[in-house]
Order: sequence, then structure tokens, then C-alpha cells
Amino acid sequence: MIVDRRNAVVGWLLLAVLMVVTLLPFASMFTSALFPSGSYPIGISWPADPHWGNFIAAFKAADMGVMLESSVLIVLGVVPISVLIATLAGFAIGHLRVRGGQIAFVLFLVGLTLPLEGVIVPLYYEVRSFGLLGSRWAIILPLIGLFMPFAVYWMRAHFVTAPSELSEAARVDGASTWQLFWRIHVPLARPALTSLAILLSVWTWNQFLLAIVLVDNPTNRTMAGALGAFQGQWGTDIPLLNAGSLLILAPTLLLFLAFQRHFVTALLQGSLKG
Amino acid sequence: MNRNYAPAPVAGAQQQATAPRAHRARGASHRYWGFVAPALVAYGAFVLWPIVQTVRYSFTNWDGVTRATWAGTSNYRTVFTNGQLLGVIGHSFQLIAYFSVIPIVLGLAVATVMRRVVSSRMSSVARVVLFLPQVVPLVAAGIAWNWMLSTTGAVDQILQKVGLGSLAHSWLGDFSTALPAVGVIGAWVLLGLCIVLLLAGMTKIDVSLYEAAQLDGAGPVREFWSVTLPGIRQELGVCVTVTVIAALSAFDIVYISTQGGPGTSTMVPGLEIYQLAFYNRQMGLASALAVVLMLLVLVCILPIQWYVRRGSDR
Repeated sequence: MIVDRRNAVVGWLLLAVLMVVTLLPFASMFTSALFPSGSYPIGISWPADPHWGNFIAAFKAADMGVMLESSVLIVLGVVPISVLIATLAGFAIGHLRVRGGQIAFVLFLVGLTLPLEGVIVPLYYEVRSFGLLGSRWAIILPLIGLFMPFAVYWMRAHFVTAPSELSEAARVDGASTWQLFWRIHVPLARPALTSLAILLSVWTWNQFLLAIVLVDNPTNRTMAGALGAFQGQWGTDIPLLNAGSLLILAPTLLLFLAFQRHFVTALLQGSLKG
Repeated sequence: MNRNYAPAPVAGAQQQATAPRAHRARGASHRYWGFVAPALVAYGAFVLWPIVQTVRYSFTNWDGVTRATWAGTSNYRTVFTNGQLLGVIGHSFQLIAYFSVIPIVLGLAVATVMRRVVSSRMSSVARVVLFLPQVVPLVAAGIAWNWMLSTTGAVDQILQKVGLGSLAHSWLGDFSTALPAVGVIGAWVLLGLCIVLLLAGMTKIDVSLYEAAQLDGAGPVREFWSVTLPGIRQELGVCVTVTVIAALSAFDIVYISTQGGPGTSTMVPGLEIYQLAFYNRQMGLASALAVVLMLLVLVCILPIQWYVRRGSDR
């Protein structure tokens, strides 16, 4: 018991230190964002006269409204389609056990560890040949393809364990495969679908390399890509840069805090399955 | 997630009951390929085809504008003989030490100490805080740490407060500390994930296994090696896989914090591919490096996966 209590104290202390380390960069960004624009704040220190107006200035400088809209449009373009087609594929491979499905599955697995940098050069020329460079489609279409290995893997893992008795009963009642899918298996898969949608949304929102290579104009990019451009433009003005970065982070942070249970579960499951 | 460390018969029985995989569905038909087709088309168009193209480009000299000429294996020879490019690959192995080793060792330490006390009390606050770096874009992590590690940043400020002011300098601007500093950013990003994963794995281990080990006179060290480590094999495998991939394919953090500098002291394959292709217009060389990077990731990950899944159901 005594050992347990000592362990608890040591453990919590260690954990507390690591939590402080995790939060330190955010705290440092926040305090320095309150210094007068263009000044040189030091580390973590509270300004004598906090300039809350920096956030408004950064909002205007970064064109936040337009960027938010762009990121939302990209997420809306990527996530529903990805989830839908991955669910269909996962259902056919995992539950219907389509002949040759294992081959398709192994093919998808190949892409699971693929570093995006490995295909970025041909992706550029492919997107250019479609005439889509600079548009949001330049991010949306490749991302759908790039998400397939994980998304199909994820949905297959769900459907492999779906009870086949249900399907057999539905078949006896004369349900077509399509009805079987929509009426029975999609509703049952809701937790898996929610987690997948959350993961893909975060990964889309944070996608950087595709944005900087395929889209020149920050207002057509994802949030992460826009942030990269913002740093390029305001990199020397530390208070303004930090204020803008925090603003760009804010929507993600708010969503995360609101749905933190879902997020953590999804990320944990996601990494365990991936 | 099927686990096979525990000889517990209950787990085995459950495994059989929930995994009807032996049962091959009734006359599985080709008709259902329609369901797989959309995903396969998207995947083929934006992953498989580009991989094939990367391999093709890698055997050419091409500036991206004029006609490409056949280059044989010369691009690969350049990758493996050019000192700078070899150094770039070496950097990504050095980053593994920071991205993988630090989070996993710290994660194991925290999880081992907290295993018994925390099972149900790992407060949601701690989880949320530790997961923050997983949710924010890596670009933001780069910007935040760029500021933290600058000469007026919080790291130097703290060093001065504790009397280590002589160590204070521009961490990312110094040839000898830039790569470790980038590594620390990666460790910060991945730490929370490893802690939460490993702790989740350890709290699932059957307590009776620890009791049995103690009856056999095993000390804490023996207990760790014989009970804990085998018990978290899967979670550990995930941590290693995720962090090694993150290290080898690092891009965002390096792009934002150092752009590969000073000199080429923090240049990594991902950024080198980007610069070779889109600044130097050497598509062939960039593609050869891309092929090497893709193979490198596979060569590092496959043995880990094989080890983790060996004997396990999946």
C-alpha cells in the first residue's frame, strides 16, 4: 500500500511535469501575443499593457474568415465521400467477402505506411494535367485517394466482426444487398463511422504538404497551409504571428474540447488499428 | 484487438466467438466488386498510379518542362554516393532517436509508475492536455517551438532563471543543436500519444499475472520484463510504428522551424524531395530519393509489424 502511494505521488508528479511541458508552448504563444505588434517579447512574461487588439489585427491580416470557409469546404469535399466509398469497400471486403477481395485488401495495405512525400511529384503533374492546380479540388481529390488505405482498413475491421446472422435473416425477408447495407449495416456501424469521420476531418484540416505544393493562394488552402503562408508573411513580427497562429488554432481546439472523448477514442483506436 | 499474451481461456473463447472468419460466406460473388470499385479507383488514381510514376521518373533526367531523357540508375547512384544526400538520410535516423526513443521511454516510465494507481482515474484533463499536440497542426507546433527555442524564447528564459544561462543560445540556428532541437519538437508532439496508449495497454494486463510474478519472487525489474512488456506488445508496436514513420517522413516541422538549415544540418528526405523537385527542378533525382524513402519506411516498419503480429491472430 505504501509503495502504491509513493508510486502514485511519483507518477502524478511526472505526469504533471509532462503536462506543463505540453502546455508551455501554448502559454508562451499566448503571452507574447499580447505584446505590442512588432516588439520583441521575452519567453513567457505578462505585458504591462496587454494588447488584446492584436487578435483583431491578426484576424484581418490573415483573412481568417475566408480561410475558415476554405478549410470547411475542403473538409466537406473530402470527408463524406471518403467515408462513403471506404464503407462500401469495407463492407464488400469484410462482410460480403467478395471473391478476390483479399487481393484488393492487400493492395490497400500497401498504402498504409506510404509517406506522402513519396508521391508528391507525380501528384503535382497529375493534378496539373487535370487543370486543377490552385483550386480546392487539387487538395480534395488526392486526399480522398490517400485516405483510402486507412479508411478501408478501418471499415473492414468493423465489418469483419459484424454478425452474419443479421444479414442472413434480412436476406430471408427478401432484402437486396443494397437494402442490407443501408438499412442494417450502416446504422450498426455508426460508432466506427463517427470515429473515422473525426479522424479524417482532423487530418484534412491539418494537411500541409499538399496545400503548399498544389495551391499557391492561401485562401484556397487548408488551415495548416494557410498558417504556413501566414508565417512566411508575418514571421518577424512575433506578437502578431503568435496571435494569428492562436486564432488559426482556435477552431480545432474548440472542436477538440467539445468532442474530446470522441477525439481521444478515435485517435487511440486509429493508431491501434493503423 | 485480439491479444495473445495471456493464457486466459476466457479471452481465447471470446476471440473465437467474435471472429467468424473461418466461415467463408456463401458463394462470394464478383457482383459485389461494384462496392469496392469507387475506393479502388480513388486509391489507384492518387496513390498507386503516382507510385508507379515516381519509379518511372526516378530513371530519367527531367526538369519538369522539357522532354525527359533516360538516365538509367544514375539518380540512385547519386543518392547513395552524394555525401549530402546520404547525410539527409542519416538525419532521419537520428530523428528516430528523438521521435521514437524519448516518447516511448518516458511513456513507459510514466505508465509503469502509474499503472496500479490510475486504472480508472487517468483524469480526462490529463488525457486532453497530453493529446493537444496530436490535434493541432504540426505547422502550429513548428511555429510555437520556433518561438520557444529562439534567443528570446521561453527555453532560454528558463535556463537563465535556473542559472544555466551559459547554455542559452539560438537552438535552431546552431549547427550542433539544430537537429536535436527539431527532434525535441517531434518528441513533444508524440509524447502524449505514447503515454496514453501505453497506459491503456498496461491497465488491461490481468492483475493476477503480477501477483503470480510476485509469488515467484520477481522484483520490479523482472516484473517489467516478464509481465509488463509482453503484455503491451501490441501498444508498444503501435508506438514504435507511428513514431518511426513520423521521424522518417518528417516534413511540416522541419519546413516551418528550420527549412533544413543552418546549412543542411536539419535537412530530411521529405524536405529534400520537395526542394529538389520544386526549386531545383530535378524531378529524376527527387523521385529516386522518394523511392528510397518509401522503401526505407517499409524496411523499418515491416519487421516491427511482423514481430508484433507474430503468433497473434491478425
